[in-house]
Amino acid sequence: MNIIRVENLEKDYVNEDLITPVLRGVSFDVSPGEFLAIMGPSGSGKSTLMHILGFLDRASRGLYEFEGQDTKKFSDQYLAELRNERVGFVFQSFNLLARTTVLDNVKLPLLYSKKKNHDQLARQALADVGLTHRLDYYSNQISGGEKQRVAIARALVNGPAVIFADEPTGNLDSKSGNTIMRILQKLNDQGRVIILVTHETDTANHAKRIIRVKDGRIISDESVRQRTIADSDELVK
Amino acid sequence: MNFFSTIKLVFRTLTARKGRSFLTILGIVIGVAGVIVIIALGAGAQSLILGQITRLGSNLLSIQPGKSNEKGPPAQLFGIVVTTLTNADASALRDTGKVPHAAAVNANVRGGAAVIWGGKSVDTNFWGTDYNYPAVINFTMRQGRFFDQQEDLGDASVAVLGSSVADELFGGADADPIGQIIKVRSAASGESAGLPLRVVGVISPRGSIFFQDQDDQIFLPLQLGQERLLGIHYLQAINLKVDSSDQVRQTVSDVTSVLNSQHRVKREADADFTVRNIADAISILTTITSALSLFLTAMAAIALVVGGIGILNIMLVTVAERTREIGLRKAVGAGQAAILKQFLFEAGLLTLIGGLIGIALGALISYLIYLLMVYLGYDWAFVVSPASVGLAIGVSILTGIIFGLYPALKAARLNPIDALRYE
Repeated sequence: MNIIRVENLEKDYVNEDLITPVLRGVSFDVSPGEFLAIMGPSGSGKSTLMHILGFLDRASRGLYEFEGQDTKKFSDQYLAELRNERVGFVFQSFNLLARTTVLDNVKLPLLYSKKKNHDQLARQALADVGLTHRLDYYSNQISGGEKQRVAIARALVNGPAVIFADEPTGNLDSKSGNTIMRILQKLNDQGRVIILVTHETDTANHAKRIIRVKDGRIISDESVRQRTIADSDELVK
Repeated sequence: MNFFSTIKLVFRTLTARKGRSFLTILGIVIGVAGVIVIIALGAGAQSLILGQITRLGSNLLSIQPGKSNEKGPPAQLFGIVVTTLTNADASALRDTGKVPHAAAVNANVRGGAAVIWGGKSVDTNFWGTDYNYPAVINFTMRQGRFFDQQEDLGDASVAVLGSSVADELFGGADADPIGQIIKVRSAASGESAGLPLRVVGVISPRGSIFFQDQDDQIFLPLQLGQERLLGIHYLQAINLKVDSSDQVRQTVSDVTSVLNSQHRVKREADADFTVRNIADAISILTTITSALSLFLTAMAAIALVVGGIGILNIMLVTVAERTREIGLRKAVGAGQAAILKQFLFEAGLLTLIGGLIGIALGALISYLIYLLMVYLGYDWAFVVSPASVGLAIGVSILTGIIFGLYPALKAARLNPIDALRYE
């Protein structure tokens, strides 16, 4: 069974009678274990596609099946529950809570779940990204690369099936970026689906498959022939 | 999101902006403190008035010359001298055939006087009254006794002093007032050399009743007051004690008909006297105080509404400032209900804290008023009732929830993508 299946997905933005089509019929599947990069220039619709796949937005038309279920009839509350339990997000600008410790930032999704062992889960997620030594630091006391690793731990903490990463290395130097890609590859090796949105070919080449989007349509969908494997980093065990 | 983690989250948010949080709740603090003080003032005033009823003696009628509106002040307050109430009226009221439930009738005149002893002169008020005074008015003697029927009817040269007059005259000399001869000189007319009177008793301190210091007075036989000090032949007031509270209404009408026939009044509108029931007078005062506290409560309610608008304003700012945070929370799985709950909690907690500070402030102010009133000699009670505290807490939380609802809804309905992109 596919994790994700979209068929003729369309999205319009309506602004005072002016209808702007952003996605004009997109179809593809994502199978378990995939590491997919969605590439395209700005305005191509790649971010909109990710938002729809991540339940942050709804399609205007077309089919979106997640884990075999048609998402059209899902309520807003159920979408919130899916965002909480089945997917995780990593953003370009980290989006950590200010004046809040690393550990509490990672616990944030657990506040909205029914799980009980918050502390244990958050510590495990931070161990997975190699940040056990920063638990009690405040989010403004750590480096950009570390912030993004906290964000990954936060995406990871509730055990999601899919992690969406929107330009995760865009605000980082190449060394920190490499660490982030290494972590994402490791998570993928452990069986999690990673969907990476980027406009950089170097970054996209860390994935196993690249879908190129332009003007709301898929212009290519192919496997990566010479995949970049991020160097192992001593911080990541 | 469970209750405890919501509380923890909200506390962290509020303490991160202590200064602003405090300024936000200032309106609530003032409004709630106002409510507490006003309720305490009302309760204090009520206890004062009730205390005065019991001290004055219950079932008391006051008959005054001149017709005045039932609910208005007596004519004498406007400086009008009415001479229609006479000793004969008092005698007629003592007729148990006509006024069967009159336990005692006491006739009075009053005036200003200087009391002189041992080269010292004290300005005070005198009462020319009859031997029935102790039967009508509740008080106790500190020393000696009140003058008796024989002394009263015989125009004996005796006087009874209020405690503060006695202290002023004799306190310095450390002399026993009983048996001393004082001279009383009326401010109005009469003896220029002063009427010599022998002190037979001193009344225990009574405090103030209806804002009149009861201890700064002296008492002497009625006719001495009328003829020797004031040079008048009429009465200024008659007090009548009814033997039971059930008979007050009946006695008012008995008194009215006796006086109507005494004064040959045919129509009620022509009556030249007023019969007041002390309990009625007190209920008028109570009506005034409760109207006043209702008005003040309305002012405090306005303060609460203004405070609530402050909450509304700052919560809107907070939601705008934290749009990205709200977007993030939604992205990691917070539903509308969770966001709504968070911001409602925040507003409710803000106003609850404001309410608690307001209660403390209001109680403190009420206590200071209590100290002041006690210092001024009033029988004031310090009352901050659980009901008023409960009301204040309830109203402040409700203010937060009502005025926090719109910003919280606004936050809950934010589109997560727009919120995440918000700069």
